[in-house]
Amino acid sequence: MSQRIGRPTGFKFTKIEKRFGSLHALRRLDLEIAAGECVALTGRNGSGKTTLLRVASQLTRPTRGEVTFPGMKDGEAPAIGYVSHAVMLYDELSAEENLLLFARLMGVSEPRKRASMLLEATHLASRAGSLVRTFSRGMKQRLAIARALLHEPGLLFLDEPGTGLDTESMAWLVKTVRGLRDEGRTIVMSVHGESALSQWATRAARLEAGALIADTRGGATFQTVFAGGET
Amino acid sequence: MIKTGVYTFLVCALMGVAAYAAFYVAPTEATMGLVQRIFYLHVPSGMTSLLAFLISFVGSVSYILTRKPKWDWVAVSSAEVGIAFCTVVLLTGPIWAKPAWGVWWAWDARLTATLVLWLLYVAFLILRTMMEDTDRRALVSAFFGIFAFLDVPLVYGSIWWWRTQHPQPVIFSSGALDPTMRRVFNLCWLSATCLMALLIRQRYELEESREELRALEQELEAR
Amino acid sequence: MGLLSNTAVLLQKEIQAEYRSHELLTTATVFILIVIVLFSFTFDPTSAESRQFGPGLLWLAFLFSASLMLQPCFLKERANDTLSALRLAVSDPFAIFLAKLCANTIFLIVTELLLLFVFAVFYNVGVLPVFPQLVLVFFLGSLGIATTGTALSAISSQARMREVLLPLLLMPLLVPVLIPSTEATKALLEKDHALRWDWLGILIAFDVVFLTALWLFGEYLLEE
Repeated sequence: MSQRIGRPTGFKFTKIEKRFGSLHALRRLDLEIAAGECVALTGRNGSGKTTLLRVASQLTRPTRGEVTFPGMKDGEAPAIGYVSHAVMLYDELSAEENLLLFARLMGVSEPRKRASMLLEATHLASRAGSLVRTFSRGMKQRLAIARALLHEPGLLFLDEPGTGLDTESMAWLVKTVRGLRDEGRTIVMSVHGESALSQWATRAARLEAGALIADTRGGATFQTVFAGGET
Repeated sequence: MIKTGVYTFLVCALMGVAAYAAFYVAPTEATMGLVQRIFYLHVPSGMTSLLAFLISFVGSVSYILTRKPKWDWVAVSSAEVGIAFCTVVLLTGPIWAKPAWGVWWAWDARLTATLVLWLLYVAFLILRTMMEDTDRRALVSAFFGIFAFLDVPLVYGSIWWWRTQHPQPVIFSSGALDPTMRRVFNLCWLSATCLMALLIRQRYELEESREELRALEQELEAR
Repeated sequence: MGLLSNTAVLLQKEIQAEYRSHELLTTATVFILIVIVLFSFTFDPTSAESRQFGPGLLWLAFLFSASLMLQPCFLKERANDTLSALRLAVSDPFAIFLAKLCANTIFLIVTELLLLFVFAVFYNVGVLPVFPQLVLVFFLGSLGIATTGTALSAISSQARMREVLLPLLLMPLLVPVLIPSTEATKALLEKDHALRWDWLGILIAFDVVFLTALWLFGEYLLEE
């Protein structure tokens, strides 16, 4: 049970492979993300983006290979925030109850204050006592991001965070991501091609059938990565 | 390692000798007569099934700790062989009981416990058929395999104590064995154990081949 | 943050959720009631017979009801993938199991005690003189059912045919709970109201073994 550290950190994939039965989701992936980078990960459906994020956040155990967090000493683990396709919230609890639950689990100091602050920031303060079941997709997504930020993580994973968002929520998301990037947090977000969201990325990479086929770190331009990968 | 063919021959030979001994060498038992000879099949099968389940347990624990597929193959192979020997116990029980005591089934402690174990490990196999993903199936069934084996002493203990509290005529007791009987019994037990090892190995190799085939198919698909 | 405080937070959430919806308790209670009524048609419910067959029928009803009640335990965490959120948030994954098995034990005991009184009325069996001892037996038995049932719920939620699979896996495993619980309950309802520590000993052994096994190996069940 290592201590969770909130300072921005990167991670490193060494020969990561992930199979689900007969499906090869990730193939011999070597990847290094530095602290503070804001990475836009793109690729077709089924290319392995979600699996990559889940392996990096240690939700999914790789079949082979190693995930390391350079900069973390022994007994330390990075504080990770994760926003996925599924909202990862309890429908039968209210917005505030959800945030309080996760804040208390993660040992956040002054959980009520922190929850209030995040509810304000995500414009959900007026619905703090309403059950999540009654929320729209946009509201759920905002609350999910609030949940991910409770413990001030240094490493954030956002899996297609813009899906199903209305224009207003999308604008809020873009602003939030920019703000988090400016705070120096490491962000890895999977996106579907170029968008208002990806414009704030400092790096872009493309996955195809579980392999990395283009990376701005490796010299490709943002354009080629988003267009299709082939230089 | 002895070649499979040679080993198979040896096991068959040993079983032949054991069968001969059970029928012709062992003296006839005083009260039950000829049918008592089934004891040489019934009891060794029970002991062998427990041994097989122990091997399965070792396989399950090893898989969880190492994640090497071969331990999953050990776990499923020995569980299947254990069930087979369990089935022999459950079939020979009534065959022995009816002529000797007039009932097909007595809720005798050992037989009842064997029945519960049979159900438990059959459930283990059914669990495996309900999962497709090989890795998840291996991990999940390893966990259930551990739970199942930890239950074995508790099942035996609780059923034995239950029978002690509500005594019934004791049916399948081993009792004091005549020395010749004991020698024949040991021989039969040895041959059952060797058969178990052979069957587990065959089943293991079958599982290994299946996995190889699957891996090749996948590689082909990937091209 | 530590195992116990995480468990306390999660336990509170489980109970709060059930308090709001009443789903588990209502369905479990009604189910046991139905089973008791149906069983009554299968034997002559005189006082003596009830004392003999009653405990067995009661515990069988408890077991069947538990195998239904435990279905949603991990299944509901898959709906919105809250299980992933929990795994990221807690320091020790065993907290997730511990909280759920404590909650399930409580739910089981509540329904069992409720139905105990129904049983006492239907079959004219005096339960009040031995009520505290019965609570002890119910607690030890329910703890065993909840520990194994919670673990198996995590297993079956990942498999096909999970509604049938959970009872199929659970029932044989719980034979060492069924026998001691039934015998101990029967002994308490007899004239001498004996508290059988030999049977309770087996229940305690079962609980310790499987709690330990779950503690050692449970986190592997949550892996992906």
